[in-house]
Amino acid sequence: MINNMLPPALLFILGAILIPFLRGRAKQAYMLLLPVVAFVTLMNLPLGQEIWTIQFWGYDVIMGRIDKLSLIFGYIFTIMAFLGVMFALQVEDDLQHVSGIVYAGATLGVVLAGDFLSLYIFWEIMAVSSTFLIIASRTRESREAGFRYVLVHLVGGLFLLAGIVLYIQKNGTTAFDYIGLDGIESWLIFIGVALNAAAIPLHAWLPDAYPMGTPTSTVFLSAFTTKSAVYLLIRTFPGADILIVIGGLMVSLPIFYAVLENDIRRVLSYSLMNQVGFMLVGIGIGTDLALNGATAHAFCHILYKALLFMAAGSVLQMTGKIKCTEIGGLYKTMPLTCLFCMIGAASISAFPLFSGFVSKSMIISASFEEKIFIIWLVLQFASTGVVDHAGIKVPFFTFFGHDSGIRAKEPPLNMLLAMGIAAAFCVGLGIFYQPLYDMLPFPVHYVPYTGAHVVGQLQLLLFGAFAFTLLILSGLYIPEIRSKNLDADWTYRKLGRLAYRGADLGLNTLNRVSEAILIRSVKATASFFKDTVAKLALFVTVNVWLLQGHRDKRLEIKKARLYNDIAQGTLPIGIGAAVAISFIIIVYFIT
Amino acid sequence: MKKELTIFDNPKNVKRLRLGFYVALVLVLLAEFLPYDKHHGWDIEHSFGFYAVYGFISYVFLIFVAKLLRKLVMRKEDYYDQ
Repeated sequence: MINNMLPPALLFILGAILIPFLRGRAKQAYMLLLPVVAFVTLMNLPLGQEIWTIQFWGYDVIMGRIDKLSLIFGYIFTIMAFLGVMFALQVEDDLQHVSGIVYAGATLGVVLAGDFLSLYIFWEIMAVSSTFLIIASRTRESREAGFRYVLVHLVGGLFLLAGIVLYIQKNGTTAFDYIGLDGIESWLIFIGVALNAAAIPLHAWLPDAYPMGTPTSTVFLSAFTTKSAVYLLIRTFPGADILIVIGGLMVSLPIFYAVLENDIRRVLSYSLMNQVGFMLVGIGIGTDLALNGATAHAFCHILYKALLFMAAGSVLQMTGKIKCTEIGGLYKTMPLTCLFCMIGAASISAFPLFSGFVSKSMIISASFEEKIFIIWLVLQFASTGVVDHAGIKVPFFTFFGHDSGIRAKEPPLNMLLAMGIAAAFCVGLGIFYQPLYDMLPFPVHYVPYTGAHVVGQLQLLLFGAFAFTLLILSGLYIPEIRSKNLDADWTYRKLGRLAYRGADLGLNTLNRVSEAILIRSVKATASFFKDTVAKLALFVTVNVWLLQGHRDKRLEIKKARLYNDIAQGTLPIGIGAAVAISFIIIVYFIT
Repeated sequence: MKKELTIFDNPKNVKRLRLGFYVALVLVLLAEFLPYDKHHGWDIEHSFGFYAVYGFISYVFLIFVAKLLRKLVMRKEDYYDQ
């Protein structure tokens, strides 16, 4: 049975080839069918086994490592592929369809890979296929952002490759599981994976590139790259303390940018980093509860983040605008999109009865169990930050706020349906969380809905919202401004250019300066020696002349003539020799 | 012409919404007097209204620090094209 089934990764990647040859309904049905077949395949896989293994130059290639951790990520990525395809169903651009499906397939390949060879190949396919989703907007900005994106990811891939090569050399096998941070190869692998998780300070590619996608392609982008990296970190580096630090930075720093940003999809990109930060903290803590929390949070996050990006994409598609300063009051004509957006907002804010609540509270509880008070405080602070940018800012400035006068229609049915399914998941997981908990990699003894949790979380959220109300009524809330906010990509966008110009300017100036210095020093040295010899000669001969009785004018003339003769080298060699000898004689007498 | 929702164009409705929100604030504060288990967690969590105060302060802190940050990092939209 198993051997007759194609690995989901190959099903997607090979299946994508057919897409350009199909038309109309057949094409739509075919694209929706691919994730369904993959899902059924996943459901029939034997838990705890390694399948789809082949030998390649003496190394094992394992395309199916089936355990609870890989399965839950496999399920959510397949569900996400289905929603992404449905949302993009009416797009008439095969580039997006093919690269979207290949991208999803490569992610499944990464998740199911039990060895580094297949992992690396799927990893690179992910990087390249996602680049096409960024440049699919076919604008100058998206092309440039896509170019930066692929360069950054190829560099990250090189780190991973170098780590893999050293790992295989050291361990003699391509198979991998827990690695842990010791030795250069593990650090190289860690950097390569952490870059894909948008770990600070390797994060700038995300808010740079994701907002550049098309209304539909950004939905794909939001799900796969970062969360497949989260999966790998859970598997290979659980309990790495540095992840707590990185995660702590990621939950807290991007929310300030999310407050400032004007482009809704860039706000959501920073918000995405913040959410991945929660997962990294969980992985860094590394207990069963924390790793369960990171996994559950990835599962829920993929759905509500996609939902929010779908709502933003719908607005962008229907109005052509996505900046806070240009939109507002859209609830009047897009009430359904508004409702779905608010469900996504409630979920990401971890409002009780929504999906974020049942997953995020696991991570926060784990930080309490391990008695890391600072991180606990940071996570609570970050939760309030989520309320601001994703819970309030995104829905408020898009659908309420000032009336922009735009009267856009609701998006087409397929887009509404995709949003509706995602929204149903968000509410469903928040209420019926047990099936999710059963799928988690470790046994779960966690109860999310305790009185203390619910009351505390409601207070945190509502009083955060209360602060927003007071600030906006008093006019103290931060105004929306069309702007560009500098982030770490400055280093390779501006500093890179500055470095080039600096090198140009610096090196050429250096040339000029050193040339000048060299010439002047040679001149100075030359004249020093000329002068010294002449003065020495004068010192000796003037005394002789004085003894001979030469005075005044005559002495002056004789001095000038001698100086010129020596300086210009017109002195007969005999005099030079005489001077040298007399010098030696003087020295002899002095000593 | 498609029908429009105009519910929030009426200031009375906005006022009602805000009033409802304030009532909810009071309710979640009073909810602390409910007899649920209060032994789990940090000690500080059990002081009255901790989460409310922490949420409020966090929010205000976030906005005002962001205002400062804006002075530091904000550039024109075409900054990178120059």
